[in-house]
Amino acid sequence: MSDDTHSAISLHVNGAPHSLSVDNRTTLLDALRDGIGHTGPKKGCDHGQCGACTVLLDGRRVVSCLTLAVAAEGAEITTIEGLAEDGELRPIQQAFVRLDGFQCGYCTPGQICSAVGMLAEHAAGWPSAVTADVSPDGPAPELDATEVRERMSGNLCRCGAHPSIVRAVLETAARGEAAE
Amino acid sequence: MKAFAYRRTADVRSALTLLAEDDGARYLAGGTNLVDLMKDGVEAPMRLVDVRSLPLDGVRETSDGGLVIGATTTNSDAAAHPEVRRRYPALSQAVLAGASGQLRNTATVGGNLLQRTRCAYFADPSQPCNKRDPGSGCPAITGEHHNHAILGWSRHCVATGPSDMAVALAAFDAVVQYETLDGAGEIPLSDFYLAVGDSPEMETALPAGALITAVTLPASAASPRSRYRKVRERASYAFANVSVAADLDIADGSVRGARIALGGVASRPWRAQVAEEVLQGAPAAADRFRAAADAELSAAEPLRDNRYKVTLARNLIVAVLTELAEGARR
Amino acid sequence: MNPDTLVKDPATGAVGTARPRIEGRAKVTGTADYAADVSMPDLAFGSVVVSTVSRARIHAIDTAAAEGSPGVLGVIDHGTAPRLNPEAGHFFGPDAALLLLQDDVVPYAGWPLALVVAETPEQAQAAAEAVKVTYEEQPHDTEFSADHAAARPASTIFGENADVGDVDVELAASTVVVDERYRTPEEHCGAMELHSATAWWDGERLQAVDSNQGPFTVAAVLATLFSLSPEQVRIRAEHVGGGFGSKGQCGPQLILAVMGTMRFGRPVRVTLARNQVFVMTPPRPATDQRVRLGADADGRLRAIHHEAAFSLSPLAEYVENCTEITKSLYAAPAIRTGLTAVPLDVLPTFAVRGPGMTPGSFALESAMDELAERLSMDPLELRLRNEPSVGPVSGLPFSSRNLAACLREGARRFGWAARDHRPRLRHEGELLLGTGLAATNFSTGALPSSASITAEADGSFTVTVGACDIGQGARTALTAVAADALVVATETIRIRIADSDFGPAWGASGSRGTTSWSWAITEAAAKLRGELDGEPLPVTATVDTSDLVFNLPPMERHAYSAIFAEVAVDPATGEVRVRRLLGMFAAGRVINPLMARSQVIGGMIMGLSTALHEEGVRDPVSGRHINADLAGYHIAAHADVPDVEADFVPDYEPGDPSGIKGVGEIGTVGTAAAIANAVWHATGTRQRDLPIRLDRVVEEKPPT
Repeated sequence: MSDDTHSAISLHVNGAPHSLSVDNRTTLLDALRDGIGHTGPKKGCDHGQCGACTVLLDGRRVVSCLTLAVAAEGAEITTIEGLAEDGELRPIQQAFVRLDGFQCGYCTPGQICSAVGMLAEHAAGWPSAVTADVSPDGPAPELDATEVRERMSGNLCRCGAHPSIVRAVLETAARGEAAE
Repeated sequence: MKAFAYRRTADVRSALTLLAEDDGARYLAGGTNLVDLMKDGVEAPMRLVDVRSLPLDGVRETSDGGLVIGATTTNSDAAAHPEVRRRYPALSQAVLAGASGQLRNTATVGGNLLQRTRCAYFADPSQPCNKRDPGSGCPAITGEHHNHAILGWSRHCVATGPSDMAVALAAFDAVVQYETLDGAGEIPLSDFYLAVGDSPEMETALPAGALITAVTLPASAASPRSRYRKVRERASYAFANVSVAADLDIADGSVRGARIALGGVASRPWRAQVAEEVLQGAPAAADRFRAAADAELSAAEPLRDNRYKVTLARNLIVAVLTELAEGARR
Repeated sequence: MNPDTLVKDPATGAVGTARPRIEGRAKVTGTADYAADVSMPDLAFGSVVVSTVSRARIHAIDTAAAEGSPGVLGVIDHGTAPRLNPEAGHFFGPDAALLLLQDDVVPYAGWPLALVVAETPEQAQAAAEAVKVTYEEQPHDTEFSADHAAARPASTIFGENADVGDVDVELAASTVVVDERYRTPEEHCGAMELHSATAWWDGERLQAVDSNQGPFTVAAVLATLFSLSPEQVRIRAEHVGGGFGSKGQCGPQLILAVMGTMRFGRPVRVTLARNQVFVMTPPRPATDQRVRLGADADGRLRAIHHEAAFSLSPLAEYVENCTEITKSLYAAPAIRTGLTAVPLDVLPTFAVRGPGMTPGSFALESAMDELAERLSMDPLELRLRNEPSVGPVSGLPFSSRNLAACLREGARRFGWAARDHRPRLRHEGELLLGTGLAATNFSTGALPSSASITAEADGSFTVTVGACDIGQGARTALTAVAADALVVATETIRIRIADSDFGPAWGASGSRGTTSWSWAITEAAAKLRGELDGEPLPVTATVDTSDLVFNLPPMERHAYSAIFAEVAVDPATGEVRVRRLLGMFAAGRVINPLMARSQVIGGMIMGLSTALHEEGVRDPVSGRHINADLAGYHIAAHADVPDVEADFVPDYEPGDPSGIKGVGEIGTVGTAAAIANAVWHATGTRQRDLPIRLDRVVEEKPPT
């Protein structure tokens, strides 16, 4: 479409390119869900307040509901559907299942994508709001339960799976695997 | 949301030009505030000029030993930068406390400066609001204002500024750099946000069409022991009821200099100059901290339901200064 | 009916074994389809226009601009909507809140006024913003209190008020009397999945995929509402992203989606926006309660008097049964209860997780703690000293009551014996620490459901039941129950749920979902086993338990719990953090310990959230709900939630073929009181109004 309010874009999602014609108002979340058919990322609030729409954009966790699809062109996007490798659940996904890190499951894709992004942030030495000393000259903050809880606070869960989620994330981090 | 045109650009000049061409155009950076407001119907630009590809990101040292943070630097990158953490840790802490990890990864420093109040009446076009719709009234004054201002408000608007980052920048005498089609300019953070007065819809001193390009922090404000503390109604992921960015320069148990800025108390970051003056030369002791806080808060005019903020602000100032003093002793 | 002949030994059977959820893989890979995920050809999207005034008549709805907007198929309002049947209703009778778009009356802010349908959601939403409504505003009344002039006795549908003994005489004879007022605000369910329905015509049948807690009940209501025969309606709810009560009814998203598909002849999807969920779907009403307790010096209760007022809308009857717990928890010679409804121009209130019990337990268990305080007595000992041997109001025997075991085991694990019961003695730097407890119960039972089990030719079994999984793990639990009832391995069972075509079934609510469906399944299994002798497969047995579930001997049947909390309070800032939260539960036989723990922990976290963070705030002038989003209405975030401990004491419900009791809501009950009592213990100040906001806790001059 050539009118000013629509754009022809290409989104790179889970390793595959997708050509779309989008209304510029379309969020990345809606483009993923309705345009491409990846309904894994969920709409919980559409205002960046719940985290259920979290995806990875160039490896960083973002809320896709406040990202315009047109603005996401050129980025590598990973949704929950793109995490498992050849049908094999990643360790973090396995941990969620084994430790019951969900109940209704609606926030789960966002929690898992957020956790993957968060583990990468921690591995890069980023402090958080609960890190006592943010100075880069001391030891990097250890990923304990308090750090995980703070770093995951952008993902709301109403079923109250928080303790199991935190446990699944800590276990995955301790195993040092499949943050990537 | 109203339909809009979208353009990306890779250089500052064309961004400025594109914006100037269209009265209804707005810059789009991270979009975490603008897109939110567009969904609410508070903002309805006809055109978005995406500025994230402009060469305006990154943190580097200035020739005088300060720091310059590019406007399109993400909040996360700014907070994680070793020089920010080393020299102005309260700024890193403020940004980290400012939003969820996802939002910090997207939001930019420039956008953070310009984020708009979270007053519920402002965000709802079906409610009166002098800031959004001048002359329509301020329902917050008689209504729900539990988390609204105690300082600097007017009968036209009692909303608070939402940015934690701006509070820390205020404490560090930051300067906002911008570009216009007529040339570059800068505004000290202390002058950047306008007083509420009669026109709450006028929020910043930026000239029309200006693009924020960077924020600079002077070397003189480097405060490796500075601290940001935010009190809010959830342990995380909520706006401040009151926050404090502070640093104390203590020698021989005496305060040589103090930097104190408050968030959550006014429409803009509140540099506690009265408190800083009271502390100048005073012993670094709790009773002096309390006296300084009381002096600053004597100007407070709480609303019907937010009197607690005066107590909270006083206690928080004392707690943070006490912590800084103890840190200095060690 | 001997439960032992139907159910395997817990040591070897599926029931009692911790297993991950059957749909777990789907949920962690994003392949579980919720209502708005189902792909549909030719789908159109509806956007709802809601009232922004509390009470009014619609003067005019100008839809011209909306109808002319790009992509719009049309606008439905009270001038063009199909006529609905006013006899349609829910549990409490005809429900005028269902009668959407029928006339020009606006009964509350948030009332739907129009549905705009368009090709894309962006077009529908933009067009909805272009609909102009003018109102003739009328005076409204949204200010709630127990003293409200319009307060009236609540419906007695849940039983008469208690009036045993003489409360005033007993209070006069008591050594210590507590007489306090406790208040809780409007609380919202906050399910993460937005209410969404997609409706379409399939030949003669109206089909819908809807986010609800009971497709069969919802389909029945919908059929009545639109004057369709029940067979014409089919509703499915394969995966539901939480309900907590707000999805227990035929919701506005479904009614409007059906209107849309009827009008435009295409599938129509209506997904409420989050702020619409807050103003269009039912919250828990605010409560204003008074508790009077009288006891002897040794802590034995002489009198319990519990009065509770709650808000509701004139559109629909409702009862927030705050005093239910008071009728069965403690022994006292005099017990009186009263329930008062206060009609206001508000969104109709309805059952939210632990209705009545959640706010009621806050009042009762706070009052008990105040009694312990005045007696200088251990609050644990006070509970144990008032254990009834029969229902104190009903006189009925308890089917199984293990509250004392919950209290004792919880106390042991929590380290309660070391507690100095005096307040404001524990310091940690500038923080004050404290602990508190609460005792609770939650009634259990089963309601009629049907189930079918088919023995397939290949040796597998298909269990078909109108159950609904909103996160409580119905699929996994019912598979285990069926496996043990059939005496086969769980791997041989395929379970189908959440389809109104699967026959009558109680919804996932009242903590009676799993109990109801399990009963039907165990009966169907017994019937099937009786029919299998030599019969060629497949063979199907179907059972409806209507005649069975109500034939139990009358007894007090409850699950019980004891909740223990430790808090850290910063008196300088008013911040309250829960350091530790522990619940011990007597909840009958536990089908799946992994999932049951998750359920009760989830309930406790919701209780924590209501204790510290949640309140629906109304503007005093407009009456409108002001904090109608997830940034304004705070639900507990990760950082608010400690590692919550929960476990079960051995327990069994003889009135249930599997021995189970419901666990869906009991975690919510009592948790707020335990936390409030801990805040008192830390600070010495009672918090009688929820939430325990920092402005209520911050102290002028904290101790240095």
